[in-house]
Amino acid sequence: MKTDTRAAAFPTLLLLLGPAVILFTMLVVVPVVQAAIYSLYRWNGMGPLTAFRGVQNFITLARDLTFQKALWHNVLIVMVSLGIEIPLALGLALIFGRSDFPLAVFFRTFFFLPYVLSEVITGVLWQFIYHPQYGLVKAIVTFFSPAAPSPVLLGNPRITLWVIMIVIVWKYFGFHMTILIAGLQDIPEELREAARIDGASNPQINRWVTIPLLRPTLLISVFFSIIGSFQVFDVVWAMGKGDPVNAAETMVTYLYKFGIQRLNIGLGSAVAVTIFAVCLVFSVFYRRTLMREER
Amino acid sequence: MKSAGRLSRAMLYVACFAVTLVVLVPLYIAVTGGAKSMGQLLSQPLGIPAPFEVSQYSDLLLGKVGTYWRALGNSTLVAALSVIIELFVCAAAAFALARLRFRLNATLYNYFLMGLLFPLAVSILPLYLQIRGLGLLDRYWGVILPQVAFQIPLQVLLMRGFFKAIPKELEDASYIDGYGPLGFFWFMVVPLSTPILATSGVLTLVVSWNNFFLPLLVFNSNAKFTLPMGVMDFMGEHMTGWNLILGYLTLAMIPAVLMFIFAQKYVVAGLTGGAVKG
Repeated sequence: MKTDTRAAAFPTLLLLLGPAVILFTMLVVVPVVQAAIYSLYRWNGMGPLTAFRGVQNFITLARDLTFQKALWHNVLIVMVSLGIEIPLALGLALIFGRSDFPLAVFFRTFFFLPYVLSEVITGVLWQFIYHPQYGLVKAIVTFFSPAAPSPVLLGNPRITLWVIMIVIVWKYFGFHMTILIAGLQDIPEELREAARIDGASNPQINRWVTIPLLRPTLLISVFFSIIGSFQVFDVVWAMGKGDPVNAAETMVTYLYKFGIQRLNIGLGSAVAVTIFAVCLVFSVFYRRTLMREER
Repeated sequence: MKSAGRLSRAMLYVACFAVTLVVLVPLYIAVTGGAKSMGQLLSQPLGIPAPFEVSQYSDLLLGKVGTYWRALGNSTLVAALSVIIELFVCAAAAFALARLRFRLNATLYNYFLMGLLFPLAVSILPLYLQIRGLGLLDRYWGVILPQVAFQIPLQVLLMRGFFKAIPKELEDASYIDGYGPLGFFWFMVVPLSTPILATSGVLTLVVSWNNFFLPLLVFNSNAKFTLPMGVMDFMGEHMTGWNLILGYLTLAMIPAVLMFIFAQKYVVAGLTGGAVKG
């Protein structure tokens, strides 16, 4: 007997696996396949699928300035996540990952808190903070220069996206910090100790010992941050639905506006397929090149 | 040497203080803002409310304004049912994949894993039509079932790993005692797996509690709105009453914060472990 599993009777399997297979197939797999099919049609969700358009929906998207803008916004969100959110999380992880600091555990937990709040609640809260009349930002501006005009933040299309990104960083840095701290704890203290004995300073140890060893965890953190950035919706919706003048439109808000609100299922599905393709290409590439090295 | 230590210690405290402030101030503003009059909001944006205006909170809690309790109830109902169903469905499937031998085992496992590639947004339009077709629009099940379905890949992955690690000897012992696979699952595996089940349940709970996209599609009538939708709806109705909106926000945050405080270990493990292993 070398088998480590038991042969099972069909009724048992049906009982155990049936519900999962049915739910997963009907509500995950079938809709994904349907999205791929619908993306080739012009359809409003009623009646038969007849108006086959081939790749016309994708061409329409590629030419649509609003969609181009939305895609670009997603790319910007990715860049801010990589350029600000992750470095910030890393810095804090290096500080709070040290076990010799008594309140470290408390702070670690506390910084995770924004991640637990819903994006909608976070978004509405920050909408108040940015409020031109009542907001905190206005209070700070007035404190330093009482005569200054009220700052318009979410209402100014040139900066809407940027102030929303602050909220995204606020909400997610603690999550990445926690992942990185978990990674830090797997690095043996002896290695840092050895470097210290060799005369390395703390920044040097971080730069040449800790961060290189943390690379696998960093790659995971980066991966989630990128995939998440391509799917941003709730927080943008809660802070003005991507407006004014599409200043904070993302691919998913675009999808919602065209697919659901205007019931242009074909075009909406083309957006969905595009998001999927972007994520898929990225994750395949990422796993093949960067993450493969770790094995 | 010593001064370097002192310097880094000082930096540490500065960092703690700064980040704490950045996390805390927005929350503080919501909590205190809910207890201020509109005039106070304007004249003392950062101060402690003086006098403390309880009317916003009491009106919200007594149901004179808004529908806080109903939204809370809806969120609780949707989350509870999602967690219970998710645990049953995923644990059963993960058990079969981890401990039973049958021909399609590897195929089915890969089939579920494939789901990790599909974010909800990708299939939301056909899903919407599907939910409509099943007659589940504006019904709790229309949110619960898709929510559970999208949890399956990750949860099956996590639970299967845990179930696989349960020693073979226990399995043999339970078969000798006359249990079949179902008995082994129910009387041995499930009781031994409370850590992973708690982690998994908390992950589903948080996902459900914070879900906005799906309820936004499925629920039309205010009577069904969950807290995130309730917040958006309330904001739309009380455009200028920011003290009321902040009060509602605070009340909407409390359950999540309480849960976080009391189930910290599982929340952090569920949300980060899920991400790392996925």
